[in-house]
Amino acid sequence: MDSPDPSLTRRALGGLGLAAAALAATAAPVIGVRRAAAATKAPSGPPIKVGVLHSLSGTMAISETTLKDVMLMLIAEQNRKGGLLGRPLEAVVVDPASNWPLFAEKARALLAQDKCAAVFGCWTSVSRKSVLPVFEELNGILFYPVQYEGQECSRNVFYTGAAPNQQAIPAVDYLMREEGVKRWVLAGTDYVYPRTTNQILEAYLKAKGVTPADIMINYTPFGHSDWQNIVAQIKAFGSAGKKTAVVSTINGDANVPFYKELGNQGLKATDIPVVAFSVGEEELAGMDTKPLVGHLAAWNYFMSVDTAENKSFIKAWHEFIKNPKRTTNDPMEAHFVGFNMWVKAVEKAASTDHDAVIDAMIGISVPNLSGGYSAMMPNHHITKPVLIGEIQGDGQFNIVSQTPGLVVAQEWSPYVAETKDLIGDWRAPLSCGNFNVKTGKCGGAAK
Amino acid sequence: MRRITVGDGLTLVAVLGGAVLIAALNLATPPDGALHVPSFVLPLAGKYLCYAMLALAVDLVWGFAGILSLGHAAFFALGGYAIGMYLMREIGTRGVYGNAMLPDFMVFLNWTRLPWYWHGFDMFWFAFLMVLLVPGALALVFGYLAFRSRVSGVYLSIITQALTYALLLAFFRNDMGFGGNNGMTDFKDILGLPLHADATRAGLLVLTAAFLSAQLLLARALVRSRFGKVLVAVRDAESRVRFLGYRPESYKLVVWVISAVMAAIGGALYVPQVGIINPSEFSPANSIEAVIWVAVGGRGTLIGAILGAVLVNLGKTYFTGALPELWLYALGGLFVVVTLLLPNGVLGVLRRRGTGDGVVPKPLPVGEQPT
Amino acid sequence: MAPFVARVLLLLALLYPAAARAQADDPYAAFATHDYEAMRAAIETLSISGDARAPAILSALQAGQLRVGEDGTLYLRAADGSLREALSGAAAAGVDAAALKEVRMNNAVRRALDGALGGLRLFAADPATRAAAAEAVFKGRDQAALPALDRAFAKETDAGVKSVMAQAHAALILAGGTAGESDKLAAIAVLRARGDLEASSLLASLAGQPAAVTSAARDALTAIQRQRQLWDIAQSVFYGLSLGSVLLLAAAGLAITFGVMGVINMAHGEMVMLGAYTTFVVQEAMRAYAPGLLGASLFVAVPAAFLVAGAVGIAIERGLIRFLYGRPLETLLATWGLSLILQQGVRSIFGPSNRDVSTPAWMSGAFPLGGLTITANRLTIIVFAALVFAVLMLALRRTALGLRMRAVTQNRFMAAAMGIRTPWIDALTFGLGSGVAGIAGVALSQIDNVSPNLGQSYIIDSFMVVVFGGVGNLWGTALGALTLGIVNKFLEPVAGAVLGKIAVLVLLIVFIQRRPRGMFPLKGRAVEA
Repeated sequence: MDSPDPSLTRRALGGLGLAAAALAATAAPVIGVRRAAAATKAPSGPPIKVGVLHSLSGTMAISETTLKDVMLMLIAEQNRKGGLLGRPLEAVVVDPASNWPLFAEKARALLAQDKCAAVFGCWTSVSRKSVLPVFEELNGILFYPVQYEGQECSRNVFYTGAAPNQQAIPAVDYLMREEGVKRWVLAGTDYVYPRTTNQILEAYLKAKGVTPADIMINYTPFGHSDWQNIVAQIKAFGSAGKKTAVVSTINGDANVPFYKELGNQGLKATDIPVVAFSVGEEELAGMDTKPLVGHLAAWNYFMSVDTAENKSFIKAWHEFIKNPKRTTNDPMEAHFVGFNMWVKAVEKAASTDHDAVIDAMIGISVPNLSGGYSAMMPNHHITKPVLIGEIQGDGQFNIVSQTPGLVVAQEWSPYVAETKDLIGDWRAPLSCGNFNVKTGKCGGAAK
Repeated sequence: MRRITVGDGLTLVAVLGGAVLIAALNLATPPDGALHVPSFVLPLAGKYLCYAMLALAVDLVWGFAGILSLGHAAFFALGGYAIGMYLMREIGTRGVYGNAMLPDFMVFLNWTRLPWYWHGFDMFWFAFLMVLLVPGALALVFGYLAFRSRVSGVYLSIITQALTYALLLAFFRNDMGFGGNNGMTDFKDILGLPLHADATRAGLLVLTAAFLSAQLLLARALVRSRFGKVLVAVRDAESRVRFLGYRPESYKLVVWVISAVMAAIGGALYVPQVGIINPSEFSPANSIEAVIWVAVGGRGTLIGAILGAVLVNLGKTYFTGALPELWLYALGGLFVVVTLLLPNGVLGVLRRRGTGDGVVPKPLPVGEQPT
Repeated sequence: MAPFVARVLLLLALLYPAAARAQADDPYAAFATHDYEAMRAAIETLSISGDARAPAILSALQAGQLRVGEDGTLYLRAADGSLREALSGAAAAGVDAAALKEVRMNNAVRRALDGALGGLRLFAADPATRAAAAEAVFKGRDQAALPALDRAFAKETDAGVKSVMAQAHAALILAGGTAGESDKLAAIAVLRARGDLEASSLLASLAGQPAAVTSAARDALTAIQRQRQLWDIAQSVFYGLSLGSVLLLAAAGLAITFGVMGVINMAHGEMVMLGAYTTFVVQEAMRAYAPGLLGASLFVAVPAAFLVAGAVGIAIERGLIRFLYGRPLETLLATWGLSLILQQGVRSIFGPSNRDVSTPAWMSGAFPLGGLTITANRLTIIVFAALVFAVLMLALRRTALGLRMRAVTQNRFMAAAMGIRTPWIDALTFGLGSGVAGIAGVALSQIDNVSPNLGQSYIIDSFMVVVFGGVGNLWGTALGALTLGIVNKFLEPVAGAVLGKIAVLVLLIVFIQRRPRGMFPLKGRAVEA
């Protein structure tokens, strides 16, 4: 990348302009029309099917079940508002059971058998990789709501979670600026997302003048439950006389024992803060957060965001799930944004035809829950604000920093030699997910 | 003695005929015709048949040699990885990075050179040889050590589980160069034929059915032979066989390696049809499930293994779609009911009026095993 | 360092409050803003302002009991929930508590607060508070605290607190620029004696010192590191023991159901999970009905988990497994099915996400033992595992029930002929094994996720422990668990977490080749079973 600051790329300005234009052109009138129509007419005709492809059993059920529920809520709400194109929406829920080949099988069934107009689903990278060829082959539409490693830009996928530059880099900037961190532990679970994020962070830190001796990288297996040595290692690494912080890309399940060990070994946020990219309100709900006060997380949404949209979303969620204690989290917001974008794109295209909707999606802009508008960019990623929150004693986050504007996703990492010249742009006439700006050709780095 | 029993004959007809019929109805009828089989059925049916191969391999060692392997999916997955590596190389410059040499996941992690163990996998014959050799060699070494030291019973079961668990962790490491947790995916074609084409899929399905039929015939011939009789003797009373002057470990080793290779072929056919191979295939739960398919169908019958694998997986496909929140109750309940009410599996019920060929004798109670 | 001098003067003033009543600006206004920079400055101002209200307000801020209203008025919230205006001290009648917001901080503010309160609390009545305050000064290295520290040191009578204060003094001397060379060398000696990571962190950060100081610091650092290497070995043993205890707890129940009875119980992990969920339910119930006793919740949870898991175990044995004796491999199938049902059942009742089981205060935190860091929860688990194991051995060896259990598992027909009701004993034995698994769940709830998947992550390890130790031998299980734990913890720093685990598995496979019946094989005719 030619820009030194990855959060402000050459695409960012264009993106913001596009978002603003889309907002002005469509947002207000469409919302108004839909609200007006809702009061008069009940949906009729054959239902439009929406696939929900989230694991309800197995290891990922812990995270994904909530997303299934939020989709059911959004679909029910839309039906109350008069459905879509005058037709009711129907959720097709399946259980891929945290089994990756089963994800592909279920995706095929949702597209070929149920003819779903859109599918909302997947959490892990491997599940997305498993269904990707199916969506490309059958020309389906997938909304993927989780922060991920980037390095992908498919015509058939809309990435509503954060790319690495929409989460990791602002968090590291915050730690450098506010906490004066000079020494870094990059701890992660050994899979693609932490590997890529750490690769990007390592390059970024070195560019900022951090020496390799001040960076420690550690990988652990999924579900790692005995963190005694690693926490002790972090403590020892942090005793070199320089302010140290941990950047954690540790995956869901392993976090609880990790944080419990941190608390017990007395590693306080005021000594060595931990900033996590995969720990949200759902994960904290399973922990006593009092010993963790002050540790950080970077997301694009927190339940504690103080906006009217968020309040009404939380209220609707509590009513739907019939439990006022349930939390909301970032991937839920991503589905909220993605679903509303899809609804608007279908209305814009006046059809659920996949090609028409895919073309209509770009430029659609809808309110996010953090008090702004998120826009679908030509690279099929969305613009997002980046928020840094500190864990509070009640399991919520106190937002201590927020990027001034929206950040545009970098789907291709500028720190990987083969992808630094790639861009994705699915607008005609380019219509390419891996366009090489150096060679002027579509199709990666091939000479 | 008849060459082919009624049960085997029916199974062969069902497997081969079914596969050909599905393929033909998909390819030769118009898409909106009444008899048309939609395309998504092709890989699904292929997947069931691959699982059936794994089940058959488990039944061969468990049903006839008394070796309860809780790690057989390891051989299945290794076969899958070998063919997955070939399919990755076959993508060539069509990957997202357009790198002719390196698979996408290596480019992604800034690898600059192809690791040595990836060389040769651009040739199909080499990959196919590896499908047979790698799992076969692993089974040979593991089996030689285990059977030589007379590891048996639960001890053997648990170390097979340790084996597959260790492989799971190893393949899960990104540094191993097998794609880590994401594994390998986004395959384009096999032997120049596009994998997304219905004709290729139909061909793979029929090929899978043919391999499964061949494996069934081979396994049947094996257990009917003198060799098979000794195996059954080893299963029922290993010490007595040893006292009679046989070397049980050699018999076990041979059938163990054959079984591993059979499973590996299943894995190799599985990967192009489901489109992904990743370390979760090594997970001990998968191996246990394979044992359960055999038990559901009927242990020690060969065709029961095929039946069980297809039935359980059909059920899984149906219930995960129809009862996404409750399917685990249905599946778990099925296992409980089968064990309580159908001690010889589904086949036991079907056989009650039949010939009773090859059914496992009722095992003796604990503590009453012959010594 | 002009501000430094000013702050020293102000700190002195703090000790004579009457002298420093006049404050030009109102630093308290900063707490009503979200400006963390301003808050930090305000805390520093207040810590030396001598304002009598400052200690109470800063303490409330640290405890999360400082509230701010819409108009920027600050309130102190007392433990009983009553509110008081922070500045005037007047009772806040008619203020809607729900409309007030907690004053939030970030880490920088929190650090400044810890340092400020550390200085203020050096004279507290409770020695533990004074030691914590001195420790806070040690970490904060705020030069302004030096005079107060010296006076506190002079007054201090408790030897333990006095040594912490001496260390804090040394830290301030080294971090500040004014002390003479001999003072600094003495300070380095104090830190060298302290010898922990904090000390080496401070020593490593020294820069721009005279040559003699630098070299003394380097020597001290090397000495500390050398000493730490020895301690690290002991620390690894502790980690290994703790991991081994977890494995032992998880496997002890299986050693009975599988080892003694020969039932391949794939639902064993789910019994552990049920124990963990029982802990959760017990805690929730106590939170609702007896919040004062929450600290003792685990003492209630242990018998409760034993009874719940044991009862479920007996139900499984009576309803399922008794039909399958003599068909050990089919119990595998049935119990696997059962484990799916139990998992999904828990998921349906409690939801798929983790549940929060809190750790009582006496099990939190860590204490130093020589150069070791002993975490309270791990130590508790080690002791607990030893207790459970001892009770289990006693129950099997010294009670009538244990005698009958052993008789039935060794020779069922002979036992029956002697008048033992074998079916009843089978059920009780299985119940005992399941109950012990439930107890393991209580312990695991303190260190791991309480989720429907909890059991799955321990089942494989449990089977390996039992097989490694030798099926049917409880001592083998105990020794096996501890060996695997310690080996794992010594391999992990060398090979990394993943490779370490693979190495343990490979070692296990190789070991079974050498000793095909585990470490302690059963002898006699039962061997071939």
